[in-house]
Amino acid sequence: MNYVSGLADIGLDDRPNVGGKGGSLGELLRAGIRVPPGFVVRTAAFERFLATVEADWPVRTRISSLIAQDLSAITQCCAAVRGRFEAGSLPQELERQIELAYAQLCGAQRMPVAVRSSATTEDAVDASFAGLQDTFLWVQDLSQTLRRVRRCWASLYSAESVSYRRQRNLPEHGVAMAVVIQAMVDARAAGVMFTRSPTTGDRSVITIEGAWGLGSAVVGGEVTPDRWVLGKITGDITVREISDKCIRHAPAAAGGVETVPVSESSRRAPSLSDEELQALRAVARRVERHFGRPQDIEWAIDRVSGAVLILQSRPETVWSSKESSPAANAAHNPFTHVMSIFGGRK
Amino acid sequence: MNDLEAPKGFPLPSSLRPVPGTERAQAAYPYTVQFKPDDDQRFWFYNSMHFPEPMSCFDMVTAEAAYCALGAANTRVHCLPTTLGIDHRIINGRVYIGGNAVTDPQEIARRTEEFQKRAFYYYENWEHLYAQWKHKMLALIREAQALPKPTLPEFEPLEHVHAGRGIASNHYLLETYQRSLEGYFRMWHHHFEFLLLGYGAYLTFFAFCKKAFPEIPDQTVARMVAGIEAEIFRPDDELRRLARCAVELGVDGIFTDGVPPEAIIRSLEQAGPSGEQWLRELAVSRDPWFNINVGDGFYHYHRSWNDDLSMPFAGLPGYIQRIKSGQTVERPFEKLQEERRRLIADYRELLASEEERAAYDQMITLAHRVFPYVEGHKFYCEHWYTNLFFNKIREFGALLRAHGFFPDTEDVFHLTHYELESAIIDLMNAWSTGSAPRGPAHWPALVAERRAAIREWAKQETPPALGPVPEVIDDPAIVMLWGITRESLDTWLKAGTDAGSCEIRGFAASNGVVEGTARVVKSVEEIVRLQTGDILVCQVTNPTWAPIFQKIAGAVSDIGGSMSHAAIVAREFGLPAVVGTGTATSRIRDGQRIRVDGGRGIVTLL
Repeated sequence: MNYVSGLADIGLDDRPNVGGKGGSLGELLRAGIRVPPGFVVRTAAFERFLATVEADWPVRTRISSLIAQDLSAITQCCAAVRGRFEAGSLPQELERQIELAYAQLCGAQRMPVAVRSSATTEDAVDASFAGLQDTFLWVQDLSQTLRRVRRCWASLYSAESVSYRRQRNLPEHGVAMAVVIQAMVDARAAGVMFTRSPTTGDRSVITIEGAWGLGSAVVGGEVTPDRWVLGKITGDITVREISDKCIRHAPAAAGGVETVPVSESSRRAPSLSDEELQALRAVARRVERHFGRPQDIEWAIDRVSGAVLILQSRPETVWSSKESSPAANAAHNPFTHVMSIFGGRK
Repeated sequence: MNDLEAPKGFPLPSSLRPVPGTERAQAAYPYTVQFKPDDDQRFWFYNSMHFPEPMSCFDMVTAEAAYCALGAANTRVHCLPTTLGIDHRIINGRVYIGGNAVTDPQEIARRTEEFQKRAFYYYENWEHLYAQWKHKMLALIREAQALPKPTLPEFEPLEHVHAGRGIASNHYLLETYQRSLEGYFRMWHHHFEFLLLGYGAYLTFFAFCKKAFPEIPDQTVARMVAGIEAEIFRPDDELRRLARCAVELGVDGIFTDGVPPEAIIRSLEQAGPSGEQWLRELAVSRDPWFNINVGDGFYHYHRSWNDDLSMPFAGLPGYIQRIKSGQTVERPFEKLQEERRRLIADYRELLASEEERAAYDQMITLAHRVFPYVEGHKFYCEHWYTNLFFNKIREFGALLRAHGFFPDTEDVFHLTHYELESAIIDLMNAWSTGSAPRGPAHWPALVAERRAAIREWAKQETPPALGPVPEVIDDPAIVMLWGITRESLDTWLKAGTDAGSCEIRGFAASNGVVEGTARVVKSVEEIVRLQTGDILVCQVTNPTWAPIFQKIAGAVSDIGGSMSHAAIVAREFGLPAVVGTGTATSRIRDGQRIRVDGGRGIVTLL
């Protein structure tokens, strides 16, 4: 059984087996976009592990029988599932495959990795599960990594996720979790960008938000990021809002991420140069073109190489769901369009 | 405006009095343009875009002829559904205008039917009608050029007598004058034959882009539509050609910054065959491409490159230097065309559906069809023809000066065109009777008084608008040509409170941010003061100023929109520019440090 796949070997079509995040990262690589190297622990691994847990505790049956309104039962049941996920040992073949892939990725040094949930229901256009699953940054060795993989699996059984599924009466069968393990980017600056305007839905602009350090501070809302609006096609920078960025997320010595103050001289300095903004724009356009629809992208600038790396891309959901009427329809007589100017107020 | 705010209005026309001491100068304007009490019922705004300075009595002819032709086109020829013509009034030399909206739905419907029969025919046959237009316009120009120089011989030339001409020279003064005036009025009809239809088609596309892409900058839409080889670029293109000629002929050393054109021409004349060859090339460029005014052509003192070579010659040393350092100075047509093509295709791709793309194609096709006229007409009308006209009037000025009517040729422009006709008839009569003309005793005092009044008026601020604020502004002509909307009126009403701010807002014309020394240039004579790296601050930047764009770091103007040629040229040079600020030349001090943010349309006084 193949429990692990390199990111380069998968794409969007593999989502049922590698989850949304894994599939989209693989797809980005296919499109020639730089993403940090890594591999995905496939849903088959989750299913295999779940089978060992279910041998003496029928997780799915129990979850299916929960009532959406009964929060305390949900909380209790979820705690029990997570306990069993953390205590249970990994099947040998599965552990061996992860070990091998990890060694290939990290080599002899203890290169830190990010361990990121990649659920099969996540990142779909219609139901953004974003934020409901766990991501662990700056994980420093194999045993920590394996622990985080189990935690990612368990996050599928967080009280929030379970109530979400119960409310929508989604079947438990087929709910599975893959896990992405990627080289960690030591970001000088990081953030998010949307390939349309979040305020007007305009598809001809790219909104970039960024701050110093790891992107988790921006995504988690712990810092007010700098904000730019760029013409998607022209590259004209029409908005520059440089904020006071008092903190940043940085790798902690013992692994994980810590919040540190930003030096006085950098707080009000723009976290991206114009060249970097243009580089991000170029990448955003390629990503959007490849996926064929507006995207919501997480990015980072590598501290050492200065390279732009894409950490995640998912379809933008807010404006896509409320597609407005066309700005105009083709007219039988093309000249009648001018009546919108000459015809007076309608 | 918030409904809860107390409505604030503009002063009533009747509250605006002539500046003390200028009452008689004000009275010189004809009764048709004086404010009367019933004008208080209407909304008026100051046309600072076309008439940014107090107008002398003669220059008023431009307002008269232009609104006459504009109104005819809107009201009677194309039958615009929601608007008739535009009335104008003059107070303290300032031109206020007011639209004549059609509001009755039945009348709008009736006019719509007429409009579509007329306008759609024009759109359908645009290229053919525009080719015909150019033909008519060139014929009109030839006619104006053929008009004789007004002169009065002491005795009628013998050959006239022997030929039995029977009509004496004095009669031809009247004929030439009346034909000049008639030609000018006719030119303005040509000017408006396509104008509103052209702008309307462009604005249709513009409004579509704003709806499909709510955050698209105006200048991006402008870039998709603007032509690349329009006539209006030719004068500067000619200059670049002449710079190349100078280098190729080896006479480039003669062109130095700060040397007056006459001195340069003298040196070229003495430089042997190469110098002569260059002067021949200059003559080729001058006719017709130097018939371009340093302003918008609405004032007699906006002289052309042909009248005053200092503007074009100011650009030559810079171009020559660039050529010698191995750079190309010719505009990269193909690259610009390719950029425009890509811009159009890329925005098209972003549209939501094939249906939208089909509408986009229809609208941009029409915009491209009409645009050669929108861009091209100015060269023929506002520049070439206007220049001929004012120079012809100047010839009458010289003649009248010679007969003692006033001390200076330019004083002729202090007479209205009606008065000028009477002065000419005065001179004709005097020549016939052998008596002295009455003018020399009549005009000098009036001219002096009017000259002083213009100086006085120029010092005074004038309200941006007068009368009751309309609920909505739904007049396509006013929205199109002046960019005035209900929102801009609200801004004006608030403007009084912003005077202390160190920011001046205008149209974002060309991206980029630059800081530098402001050089407030109010006339073409002042361009020699521009140093490399200065920021040009002027009333109007038009294509005539292009030669100095290579030298400056940014540009700010009082007048102009994102579609103005200044904006287009600034974008080609990659110069940050803010246009249409309304007040830059009065609020920025010469030599002051300023920051120009061309992407946001903001000038900051530092």
